[in-house]
Amino acid sequence: MSDRIFGIFGVLLAIGFAAAALTIEESFLSDAVGPKGFPLIIAVVLGLSSAVIALKPDPEPIWPALPRLVEVIAAIVVMILYAQLLPEIGFVFATAFAASYLSWRLGSAIIGAVLTGVGTSVGIYVIFHLVLGLSLARGPLGF
Amino acid sequence: METLANLGDGFLIALTWQNLLLALMGCFLGTVMGALPGLGPSNGVAILIPLAFTLGLGATPSLILLTSVYYGAMYGGRISSILLNIPGDEPAMMTCLDGHPMAKKGMAGEALSLSGIASFVGAFLATWGLIALAPQLVKIALLFGPAEYFALFALAFMTLGGVSSTNQAKSAFAAALGLGLAMIGVDTQTGVPRFTFGEVHLYDGLDFLVAIVGLFALSEVFIFLENRHGGSDATSGKLKIGRLTPPMSMIKETTPTMLRTSFLGFIAGVLPGAGASLGSFISYSMEKRLVDKDNTFGTGDPRGVAAPEAGNNAAAGGALVPMLALGVPGSGTTAVLLAVLLSLNITPGPLLFTQNPDVVWGLIAALFIANFMLLAMNIPMVGLFTRLLLIPPRVLMPIVAMVSFVGIYGISGSSFDLMVMIGFGIMGWVLRKLDVPLVPIILGTLLGNSMENNLRRAITIDNGNWWTLIDSPLSIALWAIALIGFVLPLIVGARVKARMHARRDEEGSIAD
Repeated sequence: MSDRIFGIFGVLLAIGFAAAALTIEESFLSDAVGPKGFPLIIAVVLGLSSAVIALKPDPEPIWPALPRLVEVIAAIVVMILYAQLLPEIGFVFATAFAASYLSWRLGSAIIGAVLTGVGTSVGIYVIFHLVLGLSLARGPLGF
Repeated sequence: METLANLGDGFLIALTWQNLLLALMGCFLGTVMGALPGLGPSNGVAILIPLAFTLGLGATPSLILLTSVYYGAMYGGRISSILLNIPGDEPAMMTCLDGHPMAKKGMAGEALSLSGIASFVGAFLATWGLIALAPQLVKIALLFGPAEYFALFALAFMTLGGVSSTNQAKSAFAAALGLGLAMIGVDTQTGVPRFTFGEVHLYDGLDFLVAIVGLFALSEVFIFLENRHGGSDATSGKLKIGRLTPPMSMIKETTPTMLRTSFLGFIAGVLPGAGASLGSFISYSMEKRLVDKDNTFGTGDPRGVAAPEAGNNAAAGGALVPMLALGVPGSGTTAVLLAVLLSLNITPGPLLFTQNPDVVWGLIAALFIANFMLLAMNIPMVGLFTRLLLIPPRVLMPIVAMVSFVGIYGISGSSFDLMVMIGFGIMGWVLRKLDVPLVPIILGTLLGNSMENNLRRAITIDNGNWWTLIDSPLSIALWAIALIGFVLPLIVGARVKARMHARRDEEGSIAD
């Protein structure tokens, strides 16, 4: 079933890709193939392979149970928050928070998780910023 | 003679303090990454690329660092295979078969040091093979015109699934997806924006480093979260090493095996779509057929340890041949190394050897140096690496995730790239669940633009005649190989894969 849904999604993606390719504005100074040709070839390959996947599905993969799925989604949300907050609150705080969260969800006890998070954050800051001179996001406190 | 002179120049470049230090660092990090289950060679190199890049290293030093990581990871994979019966990376899978039984017999130290020596022999001979074969391949490649290059790229994609692939439709899907992603951005020939949907960030195209780190490193973090696999697989009680040198008799007994399998592994590495995993697999199977007269393979036979290790390290060296000489990588990790070259504005291929000989020969000299460093590191210091196996994923994985974010943020300093990377991480996780290989996606994003340029150039030169693509004997031959490479797995693929993955399959989709 998963492969059938995946294949149908792929076919739709190919159609969308082809449609987007057809709307590319041609420049008046174009070569023999133009900017649309190759994307259209790709769309055909994408569509055909997706159709085959939908028609000849593999055995069902093992999807995680709902709680595990929520776990992955929660981690994604934390990472998105991290990406957005990084320039606002600075590298050290954001990283300590995100790394602690991940460590906690991977099974560390709270104290261990916080230690891992702070250790990761400070460790990366010292090695990459202070020693190697990489520029990291600055927060209001300057780090 | 000229080759030796070039190699001498290479050593002059590689033997600076900075480069030696980078090689040492790369070897160490690579061995650690290879040894830790969950971090393979392609992952390891992927995480380090943005760092090498933002540190402002030049082309040769970056390549030295990253190929040392690559070779190191190939060495390191065996450690957890032998001690824990868990392959540290996919090519080390076959080492479990005899390595772990040897460890159980109390010969862990011998197994580790013997496999270290076998790795050295394989990698050392393969580096010589690289020196001998790459310039010859360059001579052929100089005959290539745009039509032949287009055929060569097609060949790379069609064979990438490899003989071990079971579902060619999924490989084709992955390649098309990667190529499609490469089309995003302003068209280089006419200057019109494509698939950007008005988003200014996309005008430059997607940065393939962002795609690589997301697909490989972040998706790994998601897999660990999903399985809540946070504890270490190692328990300190199991890690008894014993003596760290193999007896001379054992080395003598395994020497013919090492030489044979180095050769075989090298060939497997050079061929498109094979790579190190297949190299170690066929090395082991051939040795088993050839010398296993008393049925001792699988019960801790030293030859069964030496064969796959020499094979996979030789294949790792062999895989560098098409990457350097043609600019078309045949395996996951060499695809990642190609990304390094491209982001340093170096186009691999025949011209690399004439235009940047310092890069090529400096790299080759560095490979020799790295090899000796790895041998020195892997025999006496193996105890240190076994202790590192005790680091549990609940500590390791947050570090991997955060280093990935730091590296990508360091390149562009924009949150937009981080969001794109998270998107690729999610995509990588879903696609791995669905058993879609990730390497063709990477290769597609890397090669898409030059594949298109060659197509357009070929057809423009011939005034819009599409038949020009199959107009020369060379391009017909390339298309024929591509077709065979694509069809063959449909016939024998299921069988080979079943035998290769009879034991376990965790990292199949990011396999080398």
